[in-house]
Amino acid sequence: MPPSDAPRPPKLSAMILGQIRPAITLLVVLTTITGVLYPVGMTLAAKALFPRQSAGSLLIGDDGAVRGSLLIGQPFTGPGWFHGRPSASGTTPYDPTSSGGSNFGPTSAAFTTLVAERAEALRRDESTGSATIPVDLVTASASGLDPHISPRAALLQVRRVAAARGLADEQVQRLVAARIEPAFLGILGRPRVNVLVLNLALESLDSGGAMPKLSEEGLRPPP
Amino acid sequence: MMTSATLEVAAVLLAAILAAAAVAPWLATIFRIGSDSDANCEPETDGSWSRLLRGLESPLLRAAGVWPVREMTATEYAIAILLFHAAGFGLLLFLLRCQPLLPWNPDRLPAVPWLIALNTAASFVTNTNWQSYSGETTLSPLSQALGLTVQNFLSAASGLCVLAVLVRGLVRRGSATVGSFWHDLVRVTVGLLLPLAILLGILLASQGVVQSFDTGIDVALVEGTSTAGGEAPSTRRIVLGPVASQIAIKQLGTNGGGYFNANGSHPFENPTPLTNLLEIVAMLMIPMASCLAFGRWVGDRRQGYALLAAMAVLFLPFVVLIVRFETSPNPWLAAAVPSIDQATSPEHDGGSLEGKEVRFGPASSALFAVATTATSCGGVNAMHDSFSPLGGLVTMWMIQLGEVVFGGVGTGLAGLVAYTLVAVFVAGLMVGRSPEYLGKKIEASEMKMGMIVLLVPPIVTLVGTAAACMLPAEAAAAPNPGPHGFSELLYAFSSAGNNNGSAFGGLSATSAFWTLALAAAMLASRLLTMLPLIAIGGLLAAKRTVAESPGTLPTHTPLFVLLIAGAVILVGALSFVPALALGPIAEALQPAMAAGEGTR
Repeated sequence: MPPSDAPRPPKLSAMILGQIRPAITLLVVLTTITGVLYPVGMTLAAKALFPRQSAGSLLIGDDGAVRGSLLIGQPFTGPGWFHGRPSASGTTPYDPTSSGGSNFGPTSAAFTTLVAERAEALRRDESTGSATIPVDLVTASASGLDPHISPRAALLQVRRVAAARGLADEQVQRLVAARIEPAFLGILGRPRVNVLVLNLALESLDSGGAMPKLSEEGLRPPP
Repeated sequence: MMTSATLEVAAVLLAAILAAAAVAPWLATIFRIGSDSDANCEPETDGSWSRLLRGLESPLLRAAGVWPVREMTATEYAIAILLFHAAGFGLLLFLLRCQPLLPWNPDRLPAVPWLIALNTAASFVTNTNWQSYSGETTLSPLSQALGLTVQNFLSAASGLCVLAVLVRGLVRRGSATVGSFWHDLVRVTVGLLLPLAILLGILLASQGVVQSFDTGIDVALVEGTSTAGGEAPSTRRIVLGPVASQIAIKQLGTNGGGYFNANGSHPFENPTPLTNLLEIVAMLMIPMASCLAFGRWVGDRRQGYALLAAMAVLFLPFVVLIVRFETSPNPWLAAAVPSIDQATSPEHDGGSLEGKEVRFGPASSALFAVATTATSCGGVNAMHDSFSPLGGLVTMWMIQLGEVVFGGVGTGLAGLVAYTLVAVFVAGLMVGRSPEYLGKKIEASEMKMGMIVLLVPPIVTLVGTAAACMLPAEAAAAPNPGPHGFSELLYAFSSAGNNNGSAFGGLSATSAFWTLALAAAMLASRLLTMLPLIAIGGLLAAKRTVAESPGTLPTHTPLFVLLIAGAVILVGALSFVPALALGPIAEALQPAMAAGEGTR
């Protein structure tokens, strides 16, 4: 509805036709700015300023092979490795091409049954006895790629890992303790352990060296 | 532990307020609110900032044939915004359908199926960003950048333009025009959203959000082929892409459409607790700053504080509740599996952790959830579907309040102003005063338009949910049984019908019914709130102001703040409590049972 005292409002069709050119021109112009210049410029800037982070925070081994990403979890199932959280991604666990969670409702019987099975398996594998199982080890993450577990969940696995690798419990325990990432500034987020980083450290410990073979640069969490 | 959660939530909210206070003066100068013909309005200042803006915008507007700027009537403005939406819809549809023929599609992804393409185009043009596709495996980097990132900017900018029209309506006196859409659009995109997105994108990239021309890299698993079971593939493809640039505007523009399927819970979209803070702040920043800028525009900052206070009154109690719900143990799990520990200690996060990431923990995840649903962002850093029943209720209700508690960029505050007009009207009727807001008489035409703004989203939401429930084949899209399944249906239509875009993600909404019904809901809710708001702007701009008298109801007092909040709660509660009782409330009342102790 045209406001009150507009003198002889132009015809509707004329109004529409008059706006077609600016609509299309500005869509093209703004698409070029925000859809081409902006992402391309950002990619170049990110590459120059933060080459490692913008390329996926990749962990490179001594032989130059990419072992994974600091930020993306990997599945571990063998007794000689620390295990991450259950993953509900795609058809295979920890699949970065189809990230996602289980979307189980909190009261779902299928959910509680699955958690009970996982808890039972953990009790057996870790010989926990009467100790309780940290909830992060029996629940799937939102992304299915969660690289972290809680410090308690890591410490729970020390005995099994040490036994499988023929190491002393204390040695493995120290390895875990050294890799606990604190909350940011003490308040943001939660203390956690990166499972992939921990296992890579374990691997290099196993192959003789006391120092991790990965470059320190690669092992450091993002600033 | 409760203290550490409280500290974290307080720190994030404080950061959001500081960011909003910093952006508000900037936002206030972006739009030219007064008009030349209106002697009561101050002409635009000629500082270096406005000269810079003019230098940026004039070549673009000249190319479009709309320079020098000519002001539009409300009708013209509405036509311009509709045509622009239509053109954006067409371009996005073209990009999605012609994906295999276009460059920068290294993984040779096929054309997006018609239904998904229609749904996605409607979703991104309307600032909803409901995602019925899985980003990693459906869209090429070109589609993501040229299609989705662009609409993230433009739909957010359009929202702010609607707000500008409404404010001009309140400020101008006897004016036939409400500004130029093309001018507003270019200014807010180039002058506000783009610089903010660049800043945020660089910060995110520094933390590990990927930004790359590569689409992915194949990696041999560290545990390798020795994996027990043998059949699982021993490599994974780590998907990369131009992510940071898209995530920055996705959060700033309250869009919510992520690069990856897992959205903001994916470590490449939200790698650290610091990026989590930045992303929450980015969602809240412009909606909060809009309130403060509103006060500057109408020449009485208290009016802006009152609107911000009304939003805060509706927001903060729900922050406290949802953080409490999510950090508490899941009682159904505790009863079924007594051997797990859901208590929180310094070495271990307790609470409801299914569908949450360890690096954020349940408190941060809950805060993100309430922020993303209160604003119309809809990006997630945890799976709302797996939230505790009452935590899920909070997220759903924040959406159902009509996305006016912060709400979408621009549209949220504009919607709240519509509620304010209702509050003024109701208060006027109660005490027998003629209803006025900021010196403008509120009459029948404005109220009719206001009621459309208020009622369309609940109608779309409830009718859509009811339709889905009556079609057994479509209701079966909800994977969870019982009340939670109903919640999944209700959440989907709430999200589409209020342009939020988050989901109870278990719902497989890919059938013809779901894609088309949700697309229709998104379009109806966006257009049928935007157009009446523009009409209100036009109606009010044409009016003269009435002088303030002792009989005028002050609109900046705590009493009036409660009146606005009351109007929002009343419409939200009356519309949705019955439906919520069938879903999350019924679910929360289910008895917790030990494993094997009876079946549901």
